[in-house]
Amino acid sequence: MDRAIAIDVKQLCKSYERHKAVDDISFQVYAGEIFGLLGPNGAGKSTTLRTLITLLHPTSGSAAVFGHDTVREADTVRMLIGYVPQERAIDRFLTGREHLELLGALYHLSKTEAAKRIDELLTLVELNAHADRPAKTYSGGMKRKLDIACGLLPNPKILFLDEPTLGLDVQSRLRIWEYVRMLKTRGLTVVMTTNYLDEADQLCDRLAIIDGGKIKTLGSPAELKIALGGDIVSLTLKETDRTAGLEAVLKDQPAITSVRTTDKGLDIRVESPEKALPAILDSANRLGCNIEFIQYNRPRLDDVFIAHTGRAITESVPETGST
Amino acid sequence: MEHYWQEIGALTMRWVKRLSREKFSMLFTLVQPMLFWLIFFGNLFQRAADTQVTQAPNYISFLAAGVVVMTVLNNGLAGGVDLLFDKENGFLERLMSTPIHRSSVILSRFLFVMTITSLQVLVILGVAFLFDVHPATGLLGVATILLIGMMFGVGLTAISMAMAFSVKSHGDFFSVLGFLSLPMIFLSSALVPLVAMPGWMSFLAKFNPMTWVIDAVRPLILSGWSEALPHVGMVVIVMLVFDALCLYGGAKAFRRAMG
Ligand SMILES: Nc1ncnc2c1ncn2[C@@H]1O[C@H](COP(=O)(O)OP(=O)(O)OP(=O)(O)O)[C@@H](O)[C@H]1O
Ligand SMILES: [Mg+2]
Repeated sequence: MDRAIAIDVKQLCKSYERHKAVDDISFQVYAGEIFGLLGPNGAGKSTTLRTLITLLHPTSGSAAVFGHDTVREADTVRMLIGYVPQERAIDRFLTGREHLELLGALYHLSKTEAAKRIDELLTLVELNAHADRPAKTYSGGMKRKLDIACGLLPNPKILFLDEPTLGLDVQSRLRIWEYVRMLKTRGLTVVMTTNYLDEADQLCDRLAIIDGGKIKTLGSPAELKIALGGDIVSLTLKETDRTAGLEAVLKDQPAITSVRTTDKGLDIRVESPEKALPAILDSANRLGCNIEFIQYNRPRLDDVFIAHTGRAITESVPETGST
Repeated sequence: MEHYWQEIGALTMRWVKRLSREKFSMLFTLVQPMLFWLIFFGNLFQRAADTQVTQAPNYISFLAAGVVVMTVLNNGLAGGVDLLFDKENGFLERLMSTPIHRSSVILSRFLFVMTITSLQVLVILGVAFLFDVHPATGLLGVATILLIGMMFGVGLTAISMAMAFSVKSHGDFFSVLGFLSLPMIFLSSALVPLVAMPGWMSFLAKFNPMTWVIDAVRPLILSGWSEALPHVGMVVIVMLVFDALCLYGGAKAFRRAMG
């Protein structure tokens, strides 16, 4: 790998009282990619993100953004990043434009420079028409767009998004995915957290599954799925008496990784469906097995999540000690 | 340095904008102290209060100093509320993720609270003027009152911000606030001079920084420089200690919350 490293996290730990919110995690984010932290509620995603944006000091370990330590060189890091918090961090009394103007001053932009960027951003997130209304009159989706505009105002090299689509309707979610992809094409590095599997799957170039403060696995969605052992072909057989025979024959086929008997037939893990499918049908024919139904599944990220955490993402986290 | 002013200016203007958009609440914060305390309470106790005890021509003129300092107290103790809400809804986090000087948010809040408080004190003195309470030490006395008020206000605002940064929920914040403010008023010389209090109350009141502040402001309004100066000198020393303690505590709470 000779890709430029945007973020380097080394053995990061963060404890609250005695509870370890983040427990010895290490990972790297490459420049220009969309990196996701996927995990259930309380997994430690926001805590990790807050450390990266200099708001939390690690209990031990370190994090660096473009080579700058988040504690010792916090101010340099702050100049390089934009942040969109998990909560709608909006001041109800200020208008959308005033939010951006305030941030413009906090990033020490001149009035003219700020005005130029604010106009661009309002156009980008399509809030032009509502820019001069107090934010309390905004819908949830509009607030989120304003949030994102605020995160982009400093013209950051890295944008941090904490659960960018939490609680949004389907259309707004798709919109935000579009923005994020568009930002990537502009050369931004995006680090986001999510507890939506489909979001992680469709949006992230690489992701880390995080649970109980630990990284369980890391890779591109495709890699993670392949690591499970490939796609699954499920056969439903008319008669089950020849199942064992078929299983024995299939086990030796090169394109097949494993075969498992189910109550209706067989679940066959295959490396490449193009090679495996003809072989399966061929063997079944030769043995005279009548296939009633054939189903082909790619493993979904759900399966990856279950394989690495032992439960589905929607199941609640088992409570561990302190609150 | 230029950046620092830009930050503080923008953050202070945010507080001003918020206030100006909460017209209803603005009216209340401005009108309440003078309406309820000075006009109602002052006139209500006009005949019940013994001028021999208060050592003032009438109760309103006695009460004016108390109302001024009560306003400083209430504004100061409430000074952290907006930061509390900012902390709870994540706005503070957004501000702190920008490359601002860590103290800018807090300084902007001090600046804002002190300005509003001073304006209110001037309005109260103006209303008192209409009731024939003429500050004995003139405009310089009024300036001194403002200065003392600010010294007291800085410490109180620091306490309030420290609480805002430390409490777990805003319910806790308002409970503590309610618990602090009334005893501070009753156990001080705001409404009644210490000599007229039951012994144990006047004993406790002597330890209340608010008593020291009122005892300096009152002669500035009622008597004149010769009587006021020793008290003013004293209160400046007391306030320096008070502010140092409060700012130290506030800085600690802030570092704990933001570290
Ligand atoms: N300020 C805090 N004080 C004490 N414990 C905390 C604090 N912030 C977070 N925690 C704990 O740390 C753990 C991780 O929290 P974190 O907010 O990072 O989770 P998350 O993955 O972002 O969850 P969610 O999906 O709900 O946002 C949780 O158990 C949480 O209770
Ligand atoms: Mg979170």
